Amino acid sequence: MPSLELPKLPLGDAIEWFVRWLIKNLDLIFDFVREVLNAITGAFSDGLLWVHPVFLIIIFGVLIWLITNKLTALFSVVGLALVWNMGLWPQLVNTLVLVVVAVVIALLIGIPTGILMTRSRKLEGAMRPVLDFMQTMPPFVYLIPAVMLFGIGVVPGLFATVIFAIPPPVRLTYLGITQVPEEMKEMAVAFGANDRQVLAKVELPLSLPSIMAGVNQCIMLGISMVVIASMIGAGGLGEVVMRSVSRLDLALGFESGLAIVILAMVLDRMSRNIGSGKQIPLSRIIERYKKHRKKKEAEQSA
Amino acid sequence: MNIKIEAKNLVKIYGENTDKALELFNQGLSRSEIIQETGLTVGVANVNFEIAEGEIFVIIGLSGSGKSTLLRCINGLLMPTSGSLFVDDKAVEKLNEEELRKLRGEKISMVFQHFALLPNRTITDNVAFGLELRGTPLEERRKRAQEALVKVGLEEWKDKLPSELSGGMKQRVGLARALVMDSDILLMDEPFGALDALIRAEMQEELISLQREIKKTVVFVTHDLDEALRLGDRIAIMRDGAIEQVGTADEILSNPANEYVEKFLQGIDVSKILDANSISKWPREVIRETEGVSVALHRMKKADTDYLFVLGARNKLVGMILREDVLKLAKDKQTSIKDIIKETDSVQSNTIMRDVYPELRNAEKDLAVLDENGRFLGVITHSILLMTLDERKGGDGIAES
Repeated sequence: MPSLELPKLPLGDAIEWFVRWLIKNLDLIFDFVREVLNAITGAFSDGLLWVHPVFLIIIFGVLIWLITNKLTALFSVVGLALVWNMGLWPQLVNTLVLVVVAVVIALLIGIPTGILMTRSRKLEGAMRPVLDFMQTMPPFVYLIPAVMLFGIGVVPGLFATVIFAIPPPVRLTYLGITQVPEEMKEMAVAFGANDRQVLAKVELPLSLPSIMAGVNQCIMLGISMVVIASMIGAGGLGEVVMRSVSRLDLALGFESGLAIVILAMVLDRMSRNIGSGKQIPLSRIIERYKKHRKKKEAEQSA
Repeated sequence: MNIKIEAKNLVKIYGENTDKALELFNQGLSRSEIIQETGLTVGVANVNFEIAEGEIFVIIGLSGSGKSTLLRCINGLLMPTSGSLFVDDKAVEKLNEEELRKLRGEKISMVFQHFALLPNRTITDNVAFGLELRGTPLEERRKRAQEALVKVGLEEWKDKLPSELSGGMKQRVGLARALVMDSDILLMDEPFGALDALIRAEMQEELISLQREIKKTVVFVTHDLDEALRLGDRIAIMRDGAIEQVGTADEILSNPANEYVEKFLQGIDVSKILDANSISKWPREVIRETEGVSVALHRMKKADTDYLFVLGARNKLVGMILREDVLKLAKDKQTSIKDIIKETDSVQSNTIMRDVYPELRNAEKDLAVLDENGRFLGVITHSILLMTLDERKGGDGIAES
């Protein structure tokens, strides 16, 4: 039987060549990005670590109460106190900062991309396979170009996290806007709205629940990626997990894993309620304030 | 009479690359042939009409007849493929984006079938939506929104969300949102189609009385013939994108242009369309309250009746006098009839025939028909009612009630 030998397509080589080309030619840009992100995350975590954990836990508790409810706030405070007790507080803060910064970047890119996809069929068609690729490529793979571009440390971790966490906000923003009833958009146009007004006053408010689901998913993926990113020196709780695995230290592994679970649950509950239209203490306080002002105005005019 | 909206040879074909379809249409091919040939749908097929300022113009047709498409050509939500649509003598299809937005924001307002209220906004903010787009300051638009809500009777609901309102209330909000713009033209796309029958009748009444006050040019799309006949100053019947007949309700009912219109009119319930005024007749004789006994007797004899309606100044109905009472007065040698005037049964001129029937059944004599100022317009007798029903072959409505 004649052997059928086709030359192997140099796909992987091409990607590697591309990344090397990027490093060679755009090194300055990557350096700049790395410095900026390093400064931001550094300042952020230094600031949070400067505050005593007790104060910080109380502040978190109040914030969580404002946008969720008493029970969630109580459990969050207990959970965070437990992490502090386990001696993992600095790592938790580092991880939190990493997740928050990565999620903010992912949303800043993802939500506008989702909006643009609703405006252009071509872009939507082009983005679909890209998003599939980003979501199904094993996340470890992102670490390689991240290290090549940014070296070891927090920034490549951020880079990999952003790429991994971006698809849900893109998809759910797109989905939310395309599900806004046609009659609503027609109504806005019929009353003289321009494109920007249709987006700001009809499409975005009506797709807010879907967009917020995207934000929630983005946070969850961010947390799971942050653990993986510790393999390239991103620090935080992931690093402790890695250490416990390499030492087969079950006690440490359980504790650090539990800390991640607590962080994930707190962030999930916080982001889940926003935009869902549920009554939260914050909206009640705002309402009470508005009523109070109205009363005052009425008194003044009388 | 001022022409407010005018369509000239208006054609709307849906889809891209309409040139070929338009050519086929101009060659006289039918709608289905054009779909087969090009895959494109002819929404509006060479339509001409003029709508006068201040009239309610109803467009009626089955679903898919192109009535909503035609409506959307008026405010440029859809652009005609050929032909023109003029609003105040300006061709809508020639306006640029900015002028079009101005037209929609200032001159034309629209009411939608499924209300299209924004669920995240309070009723006030929904009503103020158009003003907000226009850039009206917050204080002013809140104030104007509340005035509009008073007009539709929903001022107490101003801080509620749309989800807390019933269907009828939601459409009142939709109406208020259009009214607050203070535009000349109101486009209504099957506004009461999603409401149940009782609420629909109520809303129609309200629209009629509101229209008396605001006198807008209203273009009203519906598939409900009763509604069309009841509301429309003039009615256009559409089929397959073309207008089959335009005219007043009376013109169309008494003189259908073709077989399709005739078929369309079949099965409608005249008892719901004709009102008391349109079937009433002036009695053979009436009497003034200042006239005397002998005149009364003379007239009763002449008209062969045992009672007369008594009218006061400016034809205001005072009551009625019965023959037996007049005879008694004559015996006592009295001359004034004032003391024997009795109360009489009456209906408002806009009461529909279906509601006239039970009134007539309970009436002591016949029914007087009055306008809103209490002036006497005529009388409805049992025989008039039966004759009307017989003429129009629409008695089912009466049998039900």
